[in-house]
Amino acid sequence: MSTDKENMYGNHISNQFNEDLSRLKNDFLKMGGLVEQQTADAVNALIEGDTHAADEVRARDKVVDRMEMDLDEEATRLIARRQPAARDLRFVVSVIKMVADLERVGDEAKKIAKFALKLAEEGHAPRGYVEVRHIANYVTAMLHDALDAFSRLDSEQALRIMKADKSVDEEYQAATRTLLTFMMEDTRNISRCLSIMWVLRALERVGDHACNIAENVIYMVEGEDVRHTSLEDAERIVTGE
Amino acid sequence: MSNASSNIPDDITKTEKAAIKVAEPAQQDRREAAALEEGKTVGIPFCENPKFQLRNVEVSYGDTPAIRNISLDIARNEVIAFIGPSGCGKSTFLRCLNRMNDSIESCSVRGSLLLDGEDIYDPRRDVVELRARVGMVFQKPNPFPKSIYDNVAYGPRIHGLANRKSDLDDIVEGSLRKAGLWEEVKDRLDATATGMSGGQQQRLCIARAIAVSPEVILMDEPCSALDPIATAKVEELIAEMSESYTIVIVTHSMQQAARVSHRTAYFHLGHLVEVNETNRLFTAPEHELTESYITGRFG
Repeated sequence: MSTDKENMYGNHISNQFNEDLSRLKNDFLKMGGLVEQQTADAVNALIEGDTHAADEVRARDKVVDRMEMDLDEEATRLIARRQPAARDLRFVVSVIKMVADLERVGDEAKKIAKFALKLAEEGHAPRGYVEVRHIANYVTAMLHDALDAFSRLDSEQALRIMKADKSVDEEYQAATRTLLTFMMEDTRNISRCLSIMWVLRALERVGDHACNIAENVIYMVEGEDVRHTSLEDAERIVTGE
Repeated sequence: MSNASSNIPDDITKTEKAAIKVAEPAQQDRREAAALEEGKTVGIPFCENPKFQLRNVEVSYGDTPAIRNISLDIARNEVIAFIGPSGCGKSTFLRCLNRMNDSIESCSVRGSLLLDGEDIYDPRRDVVELRARVGMVFQKPNPFPKSIYDNVAYGPRIHGLANRKSDLDDIVEGSLRKAGLWEEVKDRLDATATGMSGGQQQRLCIARAIAVSPEVILMDEPCSALDPIATAKVEELIAEMSESYTIVIVTHSMQQAARVSHRTAYFHLGHLVEVNETNRLFTAPEHELTESYITGRFG
């Protein structure tokens, strides 16, 4: 399988086709950048108790939704007009699927912003914030790396993200246990801790979506579907044995 | 990244740019030559118990080689599509399968070409009998200037396939039915064939090919002169016919190859670059040249 990376979007006989593909790529990365920012802003709003920032995140989700619809339309139009094949086809199909993941990340950010407002109204008692900050850093880095792997067609980096998802799951379990002990210590903590749990759950989902994006990058580059396969098999596909 | 000359830096003069542009095709030719030098076909060119077993086939027109050392199996009841840019040798190769190249004096064919294990180019072979077994449909519909009935009945008559008029009637009706044309023409079988629409004429040619009960049907761009509706009808017909015949189709439409065939073979400069399951070839081809061609990246 050739992976002439500079050739991915360009070098068609039709310049229009090159431009259509490049535009789809750039618009996707724009949406990716926005949901990345949304996630970081929502977490900051939560930790700093900034209700204004939380409101902004919730309002901006409409922009994310709009981008999802625009990208889907752009991709559909490209299929209708160009009948892409091989790597072009894999690229367009992957974008359609990854857009759905990005939109879901946007929803998770909105959810975190909602809990940020709730927690800010209930007053200050930052139990579990260390865990939130920790997992948030981890999954936003994963999301960033996934978008970067997409941008550079780097299937090896995508593979590293698939591996990292396991660590997120472990961190999530550990954080859940910590929160449970807080709840047992003092029953007045329960309501707040449950909110934090939901936030952690949302962040863990962000990691899952980053992982989905990584799987699609591998499909785009290698032409093999690595969903529902073991990490070892995915590794074999990426490294070519 | 946005256009073909993106690898040319911006900070050079126009003359230099022009010089580089002139040099680029040569570079590309060398790259292609390098990619082809092994003479190896990637993918799955061979199969068990093939209808055609073709080995080390070389064809040239005078001193000009057209096919360079191609080996390929074509399975029974398979629809295989030959694709590639103009002049890649796909039609030449197709014509070897029923010796349609015989009439071209300068054309010479070497290698082993077996149909059901028997040499197609055996000098003792009856070419008329071969072409009855391996029928052909051409790019432009070419009905005889006779009635619809006589067009279909022509083959069975000369091959003596029908003893009685009623047998011949049955063959004509059966062939026209298989070609999806019966309902449209049953009331005007005596009408002249050249008065039919292009799509009907092409289906008549298919009926004419079927009438002599062939085992294989070769199709050389059968839909290039047809509108999308007539094309869809012929493609539907190909799908139905694949139950009884082996079909080899040369097409310039990659969408058509993707729609009708089980396997697709990609030809380039007389080489057979890749043969693969059609589903695979159009989503994740193995060879760089196949990829370039089907994604529209040839300059």
